[in-house]
Amino acid sequence: MTEKNWPLWEVFIRARNGLHHAHVGSVHAVDAEMAIENARDVYTRRGEGVSIWVVPSAQIVANDPGDKESLFDPALDKIYRHPTFYEIPDGVGNI
Amino acid sequence: MVSATSELLPLADGCLILSHRLSEWMSNAPTMEEDIALGNIALDLLGQARGLLQVIGDETGVTEDELAYFREPQEFRNPLICELPNGDFAFTMARQLFVDIWLAHVWSELAATASDEQVRGVAEKAIKENAYHRRHSSSWVVRLGDGTDESRRRMETATEALWPYRGEIADDRWYDAVDAALTEATLTMPPRDAWTQRSSLDGWHTEHLGYLLAEMQSLARAHPGATW
Repeated sequence: MTEKNWPLWEVFIRARNGLHHAHVGSVHAVDAEMAIENARDVYTRRGEGVSIWVVPSAQIVANDPGDKESLFDPALDKIYRHPTFYEIPDGVGNI
Repeated sequence: MVSATSELLPLADGCLILSHRLSEWMSNAPTMEEDIALGNIALDLLGQARGLLQVIGDETGVTEDELAYFREPQEFRNPLICELPNGDFAFTMARQLFVDIWLAHVWSELAATASDEQVRGVAEKAIKENAYHRRHSSSWVVRLGDGTDESRRRMETATEALWPYRGEIADDRWYDAVDAALTEATLTMPPRDAWTQRSSLDGWHTEHLGYLLAEMQSLARAHPGATW
C-alpha cells in the first residue's frame, strides 16, 4: 500500500427486500472485501440496508458531459412517447 | 467511594476502557472509512459495557454512570491490555484482535450459561457485534503482517509489545485462535509460556489507566448528575 490514495468504489444499497439497489455514495478501499466492510461501516449505520454491492469506480462507464445536447435533447419534443399524451376512450377502462 | 464486586466486572470494564481507547482514534484514523469503523466498534463496546454495568449496578445499588465515572483506578478490573495507549495503527489492531478473540469466547459462554436473563441478552447481541469486530481486526492483522516490510515490522513489534499483557485473557482456546490468526498473517506467535502480567484481577493497573480515567470521568465529575 505505497500508493497515496486507495482506489475508489461505488456503493449500492438495497434498503429492503423487493427494492432495487440504489447508489448511495463511494468509499476508498484496497480490495473488494475491504470495500464491502467500509461500505457497511459508512452507509448502514442506521439500519439503511439489507444488501450491499460495491463496484470499482474505474469500471463505471459514463457518457461525456459535452454530449449532453446530442444525447438527451432529441427526446424533449417527443411528447407522444409519454403515456399521458394519449387520451384513453372511456370504454377502455383501466389499462 | 463507589465500588462493586462482580464476576462480570473484568468483562464490563474491559469493554468500557477499550471503547474509550478506540474513541481516541476519532479524527485520527488512517482513512475516513477506518475512522468510522473504529467509532462503530467503540460504540458497540460501550453498549456492551452499559448492559453489564446496569446488571452490576442493580446488584450493588448504584447506577451504571456511578460505576463508570465515580470509581477510582484500583476499583477497575479491566484486563491491562485494554488500557494500554493506542500506539500506532498496527498496535491498535493487534490489541483489538487479541481482545476480540477473548470476548468471542466469553460472550458465547455467557449466552449459553448465564443465569441472569439480561446478561444472556447482552451476550447474544454482543456475539453478532463481536463477529464483525473480529473480522475487521483479523483482516487488518493479516494485511499488515503479510504486507510491506514496514507494515510487517510494525505488526511484529506490536505483537511482541502486547504479549506480556495477555495474562488475564489468555487460555488454551485463546492461544489456538491467536496462533491461527498470526499464522495466516505469516507471523510467529511468541511462546505461550513467556512471562505475563495479570495484576488487574487484584486492582493493580498500569500507570496509563489513571490518565485515561482522568479524561473519561472529568465531565461527569465536574457536572455530577448532568443530563442532555
